[in-house]
Amino acid sequence: MTLLKTLKGFAVAAALALPGAAMAQDTIKIGNTMPYSGPASAFGEIGNTMKAYFDKVNAEGGINGRKIEFLSYDDAFTPPRTVEQTRRLIERDKVHLLAGSFGSASNLAIHRYVNQKGIPHIFLGSTANTWNDPKNFPWTMGWQPNAHIEGKIYGEFLARHHPEKKIALLIQNDEYGRSFLGGIDEGLGDKTGNIIARATYEVTDPTIDTQVTNLHQSGAGVLINLSTPKFAAQAIRKVADLGWKPVHIIPTAAASVDQVLRPAGVEISQGILTAAYLKDPTDPRWTDDAGMNDFRAFMDQYHAAGNKGSVFAVIGYSWGQAVTHILTVAGDDLTPANIMKVATSLDNVPLPLLLPGLTLNNNPEDYAPIRSAQLTRFEGEAWVGYDPDK
Amino acid sequence: MTTATAKPQKSRAGLAIFALLLIVALVLPFLIDGFQTFQLTQVMVLAIAIMGLNLLTGFSGQFSLGHGAFYAVGAYVVAYLLSNELLAYPLAILIAGLVCFVLGLAFGFPALKLDGIYLALATFSLAVAMPQILKLSLLDQWTGGVGGIVLSKPAAPAGLALDDDQWLYMVVLGFGLALFWLARNLLGGRTGRAFLAVKDNQLAAQAMGINVTRAKVMAFGYSAMMTGMAGGLSALVTQYVAPDSFTLFLSVNLLVGLVVGGVGWLPGALLGAVFIHYMPTLAEGVSQGLQGVVYGLVLIAIIYFAPRGLGALVRR
Repeated sequence: MTLLKTLKGFAVAAALALPGAAMAQDTIKIGNTMPYSGPASAFGEIGNTMKAYFDKVNAEGGINGRKIEFLSYDDAFTPPRTVEQTRRLIERDKVHLLAGSFGSASNLAIHRYVNQKGIPHIFLGSTANTWNDPKNFPWTMGWQPNAHIEGKIYGEFLARHHPEKKIALLIQNDEYGRSFLGGIDEGLGDKTGNIIARATYEVTDPTIDTQVTNLHQSGAGVLINLSTPKFAAQAIRKVADLGWKPVHIIPTAAASVDQVLRPAGVEISQGILTAAYLKDPTDPRWTDDAGMNDFRAFMDQYHAAGNKGSVFAVIGYSWGQAVTHILTVAGDDLTPANIMKVATSLDNVPLPLLLPGLTLNNNPEDYAPIRSAQLTRFEGEAWVGYDPDK
Repeated sequence: MTTATAKPQKSRAGLAIFALLLIVALVLPFLIDGFQTFQLTQVMVLAIAIMGLNLLTGFSGQFSLGHGAFYAVGAYVVAYLLSNELLAYPLAILIAGLVCFVLGLAFGFPALKLDGIYLALATFSLAVAMPQILKLSLLDQWTGGVGGIVLSKPAAPAGLALDDDQWLYMVVLGFGLALFWLARNLLGGRTGRAFLAVKDNQLAAQAMGINVTRAKVMAFGYSAMMTGMAGGLSALVTQYVAPDSFTLFLSVNLLVGLVVGGVGWLPGALLGAVFIHYMPTLAEGVSQGLQGVVYGLVLIAIIYFAPRGLGALVRR
């Protein structure tokens, strides 16, 4: 009896892992992992919106006559679960590609595996600098401008428009804060000597008042504030308290109006600069924008439960569109090699929710599809496009 | 004394069942595909971790909500040793066990002052702190910080007709059997009787000449060692360690596995591991979005119908 029951247990265990063995030729399977549960579950909205987008694609006849099957599994934001779910997607479900898998650590955990398997692993939800390494990891391709690119944008802007101003850096002392530095130096070019002060802080520090005061005393006219939301808000406050009026730059990850600028104070946040690449659905500039109107109509029809004002929905929608473009161009040749070839030779592909002037562009030597972002400036209650040449 | 009920089965029937199970376990990876082998390997790793927790909670009566921390330490020790190519992986696992044994002893002493839920809370703090400790930039050079450490998979020795997944399965099975044997002998002997005596009645145990301090601290040491070795094996299986892999949920999950499998019965760990590994996926299959509810309901049902764990049902 005992043995029988134990064996039954094994049988159940095996059966659990079995569904979906046969693979029909008239569907395209797209795999994805998302933190639908756990501490980062807010990001799950990206996956929900992607799913809704592929529902729309299917309702409109699919891609080249094929239906999309979007398989998105929960990894609870823990890397071991990501490994298991990704193995399930590749070995059991036999997906054609992975798109939009979320999280830096999660993607790192499967980086080597997917490259051994040779499955396209594209549009990752991560700002890390790691995802553009075609030589060693030919199957992995990122999405958003990484921290290096973002840093370079700030450096170039300062070298061109404020060449005479001295620069102070406030740096969060971890992977994230440090990942901008190389790009800033590259952008500054021969003006790297303008950096006269650096101060670091730990994520565990209660305040950063001392650091900001020291940077102020250095006499710098520019503050690049490489911090996360809570500290960005503190720094904005402290700068105002000191009566300092630098050209103040915060990274896009800390550019949330709700979490940073409003808590710090809207009046003292005027004129702060950041770099953006997507249209923000709450930005009044896009009230009558055709792309934004399509997005809102899509949300109403296919994803009524979602939040039209959420930037996560914008990301999911854009990923859906970008993947659809790649599969449309790939046509009937849905081999991993061809999908990857199309994905890494994007030539000025427009997406309606990228900021005007930005397109998807890459080549087999340099995978990063979005290589630039635009400076935006906080004016009134929202981020507004900023052209320093005007 | 309740020793008789908790003592590992020594009857011939028990032995026969064990032998049959072992054969099934040895043959299984050749019948299923790589992904299922990988899943079963993970189940065995969890089973070893739960067995470690069982030593502490089931046999010496001390609670721990923080065993995920020992699991994490074991994983990081192995990841560090292997990524710097300092040792071969079987040795690295043993070192991880040793490190966790010492850590367990070190934690066992302050734990002496605490009982029941207070001890649970103290260990809980260990689990809460662990991911942040691993992220400390002070330790970056060893832990890889937020980014963690990527490992390569141990390859099967040349000449063996096994693929990497099957080999890893065998490695974990080997460690699992060795640790099971160790635990059984430990508990069947003087140490085990001392653990149980302390669990049942500390005063009486002391009166009989048992060194209560020693028994309690040693239980912590052995328990942490086993769970730490499981963590080390998990690093091999996942080929990646990062702070976010070892959250509070891991510790809670191990405790759930222990209760579901059966407290105080070593083989129950396997049932508990099957539950905590497959249940979330199963729940997600039933309803994505309500998986937590499904999981909770099943858990309540188990506790209601099998209050002493699934192990008790099997043994009946």
